[in-house]
Amino acid sequence: MMTKPYLHVIAGYGKTQYFLALFILLIPICEGCRDSKNQPVSVIGSTSIQPFAELLAEEYQKNELVSFVDVQGGGSTAGIQALADGISDIGMCSRELTEEEKNHFTPIEIARDGLAVVVHKSNPVNNLTLQQIQMLFSGRIQNWKELGGQNMPVRLIMREEGSGTREAFINLVMKKNLVSRKALVQESNGAVKELVRYDPAAVGYMSLGLVGTELKSLAVEGVNPSAEQVSLGRYQLSRPFLFVLKTDTEPRPEARKFIDYVLSDQGQKILESEGLVRFK
Amino acid sequence: MKITPATSQRFVVVVLWLIAAITIFILLFIIAYILAHGLGNITWSFITESPRRMGRQGGILPMIVGTIYVTALAVLIAAPVGVLTTIFLTEYTREGKLTSFIRFGADCLAGIPSIIFGLFGFVFFVIVLRMGFSIISGALTLALMVLPTIIRTSEEAIRAVPQAYREVSYGLGSTRWQMVTRVVLKSALPGICTGIVLSIGRCVSETAAVMLTAGSALRMPYSPFESSRTLSLHFYILSREGISMQNAYATASVLILAILGINVVAYLLMRRFVAKVT
Amino acid sequence: MKKDRLIHAALTVIALSAISGLALITIFVFKEGLPIILRIGVKNFFFSGQWYPREGKFGILSMIVGSLAVTAGAIIIGGVFGLGCAVVLTQFAPRRLVVVLKPAIELLAGIPSVVYGFIGVVVLVPIIRQYLGGPGLSILTASIVLGIMILPTVTSISVDVIRSVPRSYREGSIALGATGWQTTYMVILKAARSGIVAAFILGMGRAIGETMAVIMVAGNALEMPHSILDPVRTLTSNIALEMGYAAGDHRQALFATGVTLFVMIMVLNTIALTMSRRSAGKGG
Repeated sequence: MMTKPYLHVIAGYGKTQYFLALFILLIPICEGCRDSKNQPVSVIGSTSIQPFAELLAEEYQKNELVSFVDVQGGGSTAGIQALADGISDIGMCSRELTEEEKNHFTPIEIARDGLAVVVHKSNPVNNLTLQQIQMLFSGRIQNWKELGGQNMPVRLIMREEGSGTREAFINLVMKKNLVSRKALVQESNGAVKELVRYDPAAVGYMSLGLVGTELKSLAVEGVNPSAEQVSLGRYQLSRPFLFVLKTDTEPRPEARKFIDYVLSDQGQKILESEGLVRFK
Repeated sequence: MKITPATSQRFVVVVLWLIAAITIFILLFIIAYILAHGLGNITWSFITESPRRMGRQGGILPMIVGTIYVTALAVLIAAPVGVLTTIFLTEYTREGKLTSFIRFGADCLAGIPSIIFGLFGFVFFVIVLRMGFSIISGALTLALMVLPTIIRTSEEAIRAVPQAYREVSYGLGSTRWQMVTRVVLKSALPGICTGIVLSIGRCVSETAAVMLTAGSALRMPYSPFESSRTLSLHFYILSREGISMQNAYATASVLILAILGINVVAYLLMRRFVAKVT
Repeated sequence: MKKDRLIHAALTVIALSAISGLALITIFVFKEGLPIILRIGVKNFFFSGQWYPREGKFGILSMIVGSLAVTAGAIIIGGVFGLGCAVVLTQFAPRRLVVVLKPAIELLAGIPSVVYGFIGVVVLVPIIRQYLGGPGLSILTASIVLGIMILPTVTSISVDVIRSVPRSYREGSIALGATGWQTTYMVILKAARSGIVAAFILGMGRAIGETMAVIMVAGNALEMPHSILDPVRTLTSNIALEMGYAAGDHRQALFATGVTLFVMIMVLNTIALTMSRRSAGKGG
């Protein structure tokens, strides 16, 4: 059996390279491991709040003396769950906390956001009462012509179950009524937007600040959806943006500093410029 | 009307050519669609900068680093463990019920949906072991995910080595380990490498399993205990949240080019190996 | 000698760790998932379509139907095209076509699932919505996308199986005057049948397990579908959509869904294994 000497060299060479690579990749373990001060502030939760929190984090981190801030999505309830499981510092929640949650978690309102009911631009319907929206989403109104629109079957678009936007919608509009099982489920504001944008029969709901010009947002009870109307309290579909902390654990000072920044005038100005309403 | 064999032959050839043509067309369409929309947006700054405004501006450097970090760690763990396990199973133990059972188990686990690995990784690594959303959580999850595939492909490759090679080696007085490393592994190397390259490709494209293990932080990771976002996840988030279709296409283009690159490199390496070993 | 024993011991340790790592996943998933199936009752879990986690109702029937419907569609499309490409590659293609087709199929296998889903959303969904009706997110859309995704799997396994049919079969058939297609259809495919079924089954396994692309194009509605243009939710999509926030019973129910998928894959793999054993026996 002939041995090929250069293959031997490659094999030996390979071994050294392998361990070197492993070493290099795992080295930072020693550096950034369990050092609490260097660990970034972990903010997890609502995908509606996420873009705004990211923006705040970006501005916050421009100051070199502060710790890093990592913002991740997953949904409002996932944010609460991450807090409970101990893998995050701050939870983001785009709906009111439930009674059960209030026992273990402390909400801090950082802003208010409107919930827009959106339809295709070509949809002739302009204004709906809360009752009508409820009947739409529970499946009792099945055709747009019942609301003065075109003769088309209604296509409902809901967010996924863990979404704060969905919960807020259910709390504000559906109350005790069940949502139709025929509803399509999309897992982000953007996906809802894309669907409604191209489907003339679709209706959905999303964060007011993210609607843009490609869709039509309906007036609710005669009130046009806008940040101003939300702050005046006239537009009824509004929900709080919350930063949530665990009640029985003292948050890390780095987390506190970030929250203080968000609540400060500077932070609030950033949120306002993005279409949100200051916290009260 | 009776269909003669000649007619059926001609008809079928047309249908088959159509099928082949459609398949090639679909592939070209997908690649062309993504590259057409995204290639133009891949600038040097895009590849070397960090994202700003959630990815609306800036680049994707942390995602590239994150992807390489997670994939490299996963493969560096899974490849040696997998190959050595296979060597143990094929060369150091006798074929029996236990080894058949293990082989069946590996086959099944190779086919288990990646989301289940993600679910396991999320509950076990992230929460129970308190590793949090981190690269190491993602890498361990991905390593477990590709381990069965590596074991399977390595086993096929090692089994394909003719028994005569082993006998000759023993006949020349080698120990078992010498026989394994200098004879069997050398011959089986192309097959083993195919399995490893397949696993690399799978890790790079994986989204469901990294979503809730490595997390989705936008920052550049400086240690394996930090969370990071991979390219596929970034593309998914950008396109689903509608943050920036432009950058989404560009990210997808980088992804596709990377996968094309991996395939080409693997193909070339394979030819070199096969040429040297035969 | 001592070195060899040391190596043997080291290998044993490594192999045992690897195997126990993989066993850990299986045991963990079953340990978390089985109790809730037993608690709710097999009938209520598998045969009820009421998935209301908030009220403690965990019936996954509509999702089982969703997964099966989408998989069936996928294997029809992926199977026909995959087998067709395999036949072309082995029987009918001149060298020039093989050089193009083979890498093309390997590349298809490498494209990430999120890219497939994205193209499905951007290209397929509007077309289906406009020309066939319905929301566009449907069983049909998911089947087409999944079919393309499993095509490479079906093709590569089928190619291997067809190649293992002895040349004498083909030569004998041609010598008797059969055309290429007659040979393929009546002789080679018959001989490779079990292996090809195995290829289809492994393709099915891949289709059942796909998550990201399906979330994007299937619609994720909870209701039982009545036509292929209706939206559906699959078992995998359900896990992905809810695992971030599920806790307690809900999380266990998701693990139980994982157990269901595990068992499905095990059944499929067993069938594929016995099929390919039969094929190997015949071909030899």
